[in-house]
Amino acid sequence: MAVPSYATRGERIWHYVFLGLCGLIFLFLIGPLLIIIPLSFNAEPYFTFSDAMLRLDPAGYSLRWYEDFFTSSAWLNSIKNSFIIGIASTILATVLGTIAALGLSSRHMPARGAIMALLISPMIVPLIISAAAMFFFFSKINLAQTYLGVILAHTALGIPFVVITVTATLSSFDTTLIRAAHSLGANPTRTFFKVVLPLVTPGVVSGALFAFITSFDEVVVVLFISGPEQRTMPIQMWSGIREQISPTILAVATLLVLLSMLLLTTLELLRRRNERLRGMTPG
Amino acid sequence: MSESPTVPLTTADGVPLKTSLRRAVRRSKVKAFLLVSPLLLFLVIAFVMPIFDMLWRSVDNPEVSSTLPRTVAALEGWDGESIPGEPVFAALVEDLRVGQEARNLGLLSSRLNYEKSGMRSAISRTARRVGSLEPPYRESLIGLNEAWGELDTWKLIKRESSPYTVSYYLAAVDRQLTPDGEIVKVPEYLQIHATLFWRTFWMSAVITAMTLVLGYPIAFLLANLPLRHSNLLMILVLLPFWTSLLVRTTTWIAILQSQGVLNDMMVAIGVIADEARWQMIHNKLGTIIAMTHILLPFMILPLYSVMKTIPPSYMRAARSLGGRPFLSFRRVYFPLTIPGIAAGGILVFILSIGYYITPALVGGQSGRFITNYIAYHMQTSLNWGLAAAIASILLFVVIVFYWIFNRLIGVDKVKLG
Repeated sequence: MAVPSYATRGERIWHYVFLGLCGLIFLFLIGPLLIIIPLSFNAEPYFTFSDAMLRLDPAGYSLRWYEDFFTSSAWLNSIKNSFIIGIASTILATVLGTIAALGLSSRHMPARGAIMALLISPMIVPLIISAAAMFFFFSKINLAQTYLGVILAHTALGIPFVVITVTATLSSFDTTLIRAAHSLGANPTRTFFKVVLPLVTPGVVSGALFAFITSFDEVVVVLFISGPEQRTMPIQMWSGIREQISPTILAVATLLVLLSMLLLTTLELLRRRNERLRGMTPG
Repeated sequence: MSESPTVPLTTADGVPLKTSLRRAVRRSKVKAFLLVSPLLLFLVIAFVMPIFDMLWRSVDNPEVSSTLPRTVAALEGWDGESIPGEPVFAALVEDLRVGQEARNLGLLSSRLNYEKSGMRSAISRTARRVGSLEPPYRESLIGLNEAWGELDTWKLIKRESSPYTVSYYLAAVDRQLTPDGEIVKVPEYLQIHATLFWRTFWMSAVITAMTLVLGYPIAFLLANLPLRHSNLLMILVLLPFWTSLLVRTTTWIAILQSQGVLNDMMVAIGVIADEARWQMIHNKLGTIIAMTHILLPFMILPLYSVMKTIPPSYMRAARSLGGRPFLSFRRVYFPLTIPGIAAGGILVFILSIGYYITPALVGGQSGRFITNYIAYHMQTSLNWGLAAAIASILLFVVIVFYWIFNRLIGVDKVKLG
C-alpha cells in the first residue's frame, strides 16, 4: 500500500501514523501470545519476569515447569483424555458432516436454508446454554459422566465447522469433471475416489482440523457433563487457573501456542494445495 | 424439424419430457435429503432435543402436583377467601406422611421456598412429626407451624399445583408473583439478574465497538496490501484465532494482574508507584480487554472479506473528482464496508453475550456476565428451573440476532480462516 504520487504532505504523515497504529494493533494481537513463551521458562514461581530473567542470567531460566508438566500424572492423563475425545468426535463429525455437505451442495436440496441454519446452530448457541441443555438431557438418558456423552456433545459442536468448510469447497467444485470421468468410462465409485475425493480432501481435512481444535479447546460443556474420569486438558487448565495458579499453566500454554502454529501452517499448506489443484496460483 | 405446438416433447422412450424431468428432480431431491438425514438425525438427538428439554424445564412445575396429589385434589373447590377446612389438612398430612416415607419432600420444599421463604423449614418440621399428629389436623398443624395458618401458604400451594409455571421466568428478570397473582419486583437486595442481563448487553456492545475500532484499520491494511505481504500479516490475525481460549485468557492474567508484566513494567519505568499499581483485572476492565483481544479476529475476518471486493479505483475516482481524502473515504469507501461492519458486529456481539470462560476467570465480581449466573444456578444454588429460564431468555436474544445475521448475510457465507 504505497502512498500515491499525488499525496499531499499531510496525507504522507497520516499514512505513516496509520501504519504505526496498525503496528500497535498487531502488537496487541500477537504480543500476549509471545510474552508467555519466555515467561514459561521462569525459574521462580511467578507470572512475571524476574530480575534475573531481565539480566539474561541463565540462573533465572529453567525448565522446571515443563518437567512438572511431563511428570504429572494428572496432566498426562488429561492429555490422553483430550486426544481420545478429540479424535473420536472429529471422526464422527467429519464423516457425518462430509456426507451431509454432499447433499447440501446439490441444487435440488429441499429446505436448504433452514437445514443449513439448523446445522450451523451449535456454533452460534452460546456454549453455556448447550452445556446446560446437554447436562439436563444427558443425565436423563444416562450419558452424563461418560466418554460417549462427551464425545457426542463435542461431535455436535464440531459439525458446523465441517459443514461450512466442506460445502465451501464443494461450491467451487466443477461438476463437469464428474461427467468427464463418466464419459471416459469410470464408474461412480471410481469417479468418487479418483476425481471427487482428491479435490475435496483439502476442505475435509481443514474441516476436521477445526472440529478437532474445537473439541480439544472446549471447556464449558465438559465442565458440566463430564465426570472425574473424563477430565480433559482444558478442564485441568481451568481448575489450575481457578485454584492453584502455578506457572505449569504457562508451560502448557506455550506448548498449545506451538500446536496452534503447527495447525495454522498445515491449513495454509492445504489452502495452497487446493488453489494449485484448481489452477489458481497463489499471489 | 418443426414441432407442432400441440404435441408435447417426449424423451426417447415416449415419456413426456416434463414428467421425466420432474421425476429426475424428485429423485435428486430425495437423494440429497438422504445424504443429509444421518447428520440431521444426529443433531436432533444430541443438540435439538437437549435444547427443547431445557426450554420445557424452564416452565415445568411438577413438584406440588406430584408430591401433594391429595392436597391438590382437596383444594379443588376451595374459594381462596379463608383458611381451608379439615379435609384439606387431613389430605396434607397424608401426603406429607407418604412423602416422608418415600423421602421425596426435598424438591417440594425448595420449590415452595423459592416463592415464600420459610416454607422449607415448615415442610421439613411438619414432615418429621407427621406420624404423631392427632386429628383434628387443622388445629394440630397450625399449632405445629404457623405457616399453615397463613392464607398465603394455601394460595401458593393452590397456584403451584398447576403443572406449568412462569415463576422461573419472572425470577430471571427479578420479578415475582404476590399471593394474589400480581407481578411485582423482588426486594432490592435480591435484584441481580436484571442488572446482569443489562451489564452483559452493554459490555458486549463496548467489546463490539472496541473490536470494530481496532479491527477496521487492520482489515483495511490487509485488504489493500499486495497479496504476498497481506498473507504474511494475516498469520498474525489467524494465530490468536487458532490459539486456545484458555491460553489467551491465562496470558491476560499474567499481563494484567497487579504483580503482572504490565504493572511491573510501569513501576520499573516510573510511571506509577509500587504501592499504586493499576487494578486492571478481576473487574470490568479485565473482561473488556481480554474479550476484545479474543474476539478481534471475528471482526477482522468478515471486514477483510468485504473490503477485498472493493476495487481500489473507486477511491482514486473519488479523489480525481475532487474529494478530499477524508470526504472520499466517508462518502465512497466507508458505505461500501457497512455489510462487513454489520456481519462482524453481529458475530462479535452474539459470541460476546454468550461468553462464560473469560468473564469467569478475569471478570471478578463486577465483570461477570449473565452466563456466570446460569452456571451458578446449575452448580451451586441448584435451582435448575431458574438456570433453564435464564438460559432460554439468552437463547431467545441470540436467536433473534442470528436471524438478523442470516437475513443480512446468510450463514453459508460464513468463512473460516
